[in-house]
Amino acid sequence: MERGAKEKNHQLYKPYTNGIIAKDPTSLEEEIKEIRRSGSSKALDNTLEFELSDIFYFCRKGVETIMDDEVTKRFSAEELESWNLLSRTNYNFQYISLRLTVLWGLGVLIRYCFLLPLRIALAFTGISLLVVGTTVVGYLPNGRFKEFLSKHVHLMCYRICVRALTAIITYHDRKNRPRNGGICVANHTSPIDVIILASDGYYAMVGQVHGGLMGVIQRAMVKACPHVWFERSEVKDRHLVAKRLTEHVQDKSKLPILIFPEGTCINNTSVMMFKKGSFEIGATVYPVAIKYDPQFGDAFWNSSKYGMVTYLLRMMTSWAIVCSVWYLPPMTREAEEDAVQFANRVKSAIARQGGLVDLLWDGGLKREKVKDTFKEEQQKLYSKMIVGNHEDRSRS
Amino acid sequence: MGSRSSHAARIPDVDSIRRETGFSQASLLRLYHRFRALDWNEKGYLSRVDLQQIGALAVNPLGDRIIDSFFPDGSLHLDFPGFVRVLARFRPVDDEDNRNRDPKEPEPLNSRMNKLRFAFQLYDLDRDGKISRQEMLQVLRLMVGVQVTEEQLESIADRTVQEADEDGDGAVSFLEFAKSLEKMNIEQKMSIRILK
Repeated sequence: MERGAKEKNHQLYKPYTNGIIAKDPTSLEEEIKEIRRSGSSKALDNTLEFELSDIFYFCRKGVETIMDDEVTKRFSAEELESWNLLSRTNYNFQYISLRLTVLWGLGVLIRYCFLLPLRIALAFTGISLLVVGTTVVGYLPNGRFKEFLSKHVHLMCYRICVRALTAIITYHDRKNRPRNGGICVANHTSPIDVIILASDGYYAMVGQVHGGLMGVIQRAMVKACPHVWFERSEVKDRHLVAKRLTEHVQDKSKLPILIFPEGTCINNTSVMMFKKGSFEIGATVYPVAIKYDPQFGDAFWNSSKYGMVTYLLRMMTSWAIVCSVWYLPPMTREAEEDAVQFANRVKSAIARQGGLVDLLWDGGLKREKVKDTFKEEQQKLYSKMIVGNHEDRSRS
Repeated sequence: MGSRSSHAARIPDVDSIRRETGFSQASLLRLYHRFRALDWNEKGYLSRVDLQQIGALAVNPLGDRIIDSFFPDGSLHLDFPGFVRVLARFRPVDDEDNRNRDPKEPEPLNSRMNKLRFAFQLYDLDRDGKISRQEMLQVLRLMVGVQVTEEQLESIADRTVQEADEDGDGAVSFLEFAKSLEKMNIEQKMSIRILK
């Protein structure tokens, strides 16, 4: 099955992101002018001011967003063109034939009774080796031997975990792989991203300290090599976070940091706003684009719907996780750019390479409200239309 | 192709909703999935907050008013039939509807008059059937924010009411509103087409 699922010639996986409504991309001004022109009984004069009909533009745009908006649909699993025999992706497909149902039943049998136990065994092996291995390495005195061992323990365990998920990964441009003293940024779709990247390179992880199994793993890993784990309270303090990251980055002997600037999992059809924190530090940024092929298994973690364990079970009962990883050439912040512009530049590069939609919206929107500044921009545009011309008229 | 999709059967009262709104089965299914996606904590209904979380709606100057039109008469919960009923007003008008229509049946939800009524009630906040000068000012203020001075806005509001007002009562009634927009291609401007 692995051989059959090897990536074919196409560079990008074809995205099947259809909106549910037909939209024309016209600007506010054009559209309002058109509305007025079509309804105006007056001769076409230049003094376009407020008309009763202007409201139609805002009204329709508003209802359009209720039917379909760019952000909400990024937090549900991507739609497929054709069914891949997983009932979880059965969005709009009807009962077609007995044969298909039998095939599906067979698929369930294979996945749950054959693949799942194999994968769980592998995952168990991988995680316990990681914990034991890194703890053992931690007892050694600091030095080149320790680093060498640590690197190989990490790599080996991540590779076992990759096998446990049957992840078929194609790496592109490995010459651009991140080096010491740099920051690796990637788009975030699921916690598996970490395993995928870490099985091909040796990184320092950044994250919050968790309890439970994750906590055990984190404590073990940090004994072997310096990762950056933050306490929950420290995460809120942006200066502290920036300080620790800067310290880590400036020490050239330390490993490149792996960060996901979106801050939340997106469904791999788009890239959302990057938080500027990691781009203010001034280190070289190595962008990485990760694109999953949804045909074999949907990797997106919808954290409001599934917990971590349910999610992992779903991953292990899919056919396979097929993805492509592109290492993009390193970027640095230019003199006239500020952190936000730099972040956007990196984001566009990643979106372009992965064939994802580049959005300006903040992924945190699914939990918080949007800022008022965006609304003010719309208001400004509209005011210019009605008042700018009004002034001309009163002057003449 | 086979039996009806098991998903459509999940929508309660799907047949009566279809008759009332005129949406096709496929469109209703899409809207149902949209409803479920917006109802992210699976309450079974939508509240104002759920709609307010749509970023692109929150930046629309008339966003709050549009949300209000989904919650008539102070209700707090929006169920799926109610959701679709409002959206049905934006269904594109096809000639099929007009030809096959039984004149005794009530006007379809997406008729020209109903589309106009939807826009009218965005202006007419107190639902008294007239847009007063005050209400006109309020809507204008929403659309321009702080960019325009009070005097400019007042003169614009005065002029607009004057132009549309025919019986001289200082307010714009629905019929006057409809008359001033009689040349407008409402059917096209207030329609949203759902892709299959």
